[in-house]
Amino acid sequence: MGDQLKIAVLVKRVPDSEARIKIDSGSGGIDPASVKFVVNPYDEYAVEEALALKEKAGEGEVVVISLGADSSQETLRSALAMGADRGVLLKTENAPTDPFAAAQILAAELEDGGFDLILSGKLAIDDYHHATGIIVAELLGLPGVSAASGLTVESGKGSAEREIEGGVEVVDFQLPAVVTCDKGLNEPRYPALKGIMMAKKKPLEVKDVTPADSGVEVVGLDLPPARPEGRIVGEGVDGVAPLIAALQQEAKVL
Amino acid sequence: MAKILAVLEQRDGALKKVSGEILAAARKIADSIDASVDAIAIGPAGLESDLNGLAADKCTFVSSDSLQLYQADLYASAVEATASSGGYRAIVIPATAMGKDLGPRIAARLKCPLVADVTAVADGELTLVRPVYAGKAMSTVKVTAGTAVVTVRPNAFEAAGSGNASVEKIELPDTAVKRVTTAQVKAPENKSLDVSEASIVVSGGRGLKEADNFKLIEELAAAFGGEAAVGASRAVVDAGWRPHSEQVGQTGKVVSPDLYVAVGISGAIQHLAGMRTSKVIVAVNRDKDAPIFGVADYGIVGDLFEILPVLTEKIAKITAG
Repeated sequence: MGDQLKIAVLVKRVPDSEARIKIDSGSGGIDPASVKFVVNPYDEYAVEEALALKEKAGEGEVVVISLGADSSQETLRSALAMGADRGVLLKTENAPTDPFAAAQILAAELEDGGFDLILSGKLAIDDYHHATGIIVAELLGLPGVSAASGLTVESGKGSAEREIEGGVEVVDFQLPAVVTCDKGLNEPRYPALKGIMMAKKKPLEVKDVTPADSGVEVVGLDLPPARPEGRIVGEGVDGVAPLIAALQQEAKVL
Repeated sequence: MAKILAVLEQRDGALKKVSGEILAAARKIADSIDASVDAIAIGPAGLESDLNGLAADKCTFVSSDSLQLYQADLYASAVEATASSGGYRAIVIPATAMGKDLGPRIAARLKCPLVADVTAVADGELTLVRPVYAGKAMSTVKVTAGTAVVTVRPNAFEAAGSGNASVEKIELPDTAVKRVTTAQVKAPENKSLDVSEASIVVSGGRGLKEADNFKLIEELAAAFGGEAAVGASRAVVDAGWRPHSEQVGQTGKVVSPDLYVAVGISGAIQHLAGMRTSKVIVAVNRDKDAPIFGVADYGIVGDLFEILPVLTEKIAKITAG
């Protein structure tokens, strides 16, 4: 491997974290009309990292890949506007809800791509699996590092930091590899107007895919049970004594 | 008879509290399909003394001093060898930093689905409940495949009591290939509990006005006597006041402690998503209309700079007994 870095970034279209979720009684899924969709925030760290690594290497290519419905083209265009070189949409109206099934499709696309590095967010903020990137790594037989909040890549070797409970794990690996990205890795850039204009002209290939039968079935989607009605126990420092009493006698947590 | 495999977690050669929760969750899943529970522990030889009397039929102990730290590929090979040896319906793993990394590896190797971050077992054949959109909705998932990897959220199940599992010590399979090496674990400068594991979380938000004032939050957390972790809202993490490891919310950590104290946090939707499954929620905020009071069990309206010192002193007295 020379100085050229070929990097794939997996991106997903998700409802904005500020969105209030409504359930559509017809489909049993979320009501898409009620929410704004964005690039999964953790995937933005992955796109930023790929662009920064390519810039540092001097030469290379950043390919953004998304699995989803036709509307995911918009997500890919956002990543292209940040600076990625081209996009691939693996198009299906029935994107699998199981991360293994999703990873199979992604791995098949990545297998012969000749990528030095495959990046994605550590999780998507819709289904919260925290799994797809690592399954892709395993299916491709590559080193897989999840939730990196620090990453250095040099001369075919990588080192990453992963936050664990009460500490930071330092891991070493060889390229090619799959790394999923956590907050703290970098500050994603905002697309400049020029980037947005250029993104419209960048290549975006659409490939139809057919997911395999999933080994799980979503049988229900419900809003979480409402919390029991709370109460204001007091104002200012006068609230402290009744709060302590409630925590000791009612809630029994003290 | 069907079987469930519970994957236990150790740190520094001692079983973690979450391991008891995994045994309980595995038992609950097993009861729903009339199955038995086996356990597997992976770690250094010193772990053995913690493996006596676990609530399972048997416990396989994959012992090697090279397994002191979590080595992703070796741990995966160890679980894979046992899991593929015999008819497990589900491999149950904690949804901790370790388990969230290990679970997908096992799913890939067993070519099976993964059900992540489960908080409850529903009625019916291997049917599980898990939060999605960081808890804004609950998804009920039925496993139709023969085997599934299930990761379980810490603090969602009460730890199992003791039992009489026999311990069978085995070597790491020599087919294990290490592609990623954990070189070291760096401890933070001031060793503190992690928000995702603590039974009490005290979180601060923009109401603290500046980074230095977070000492009020640290003091209140300390008053609980080592039981409480410090958390933070996205606003103060983005402002650089606190490390992102403390962020609670949809783009931070999702927590379910016994007690969550939100101080100077108005309650953005993405924050509420991250803490609404806490058992008891207390809010201290100046604005009586703040959305945080909508999820709080107990609220105090007022100036946190006046309230917190008094609250901290009272709590410290109770903790000291």
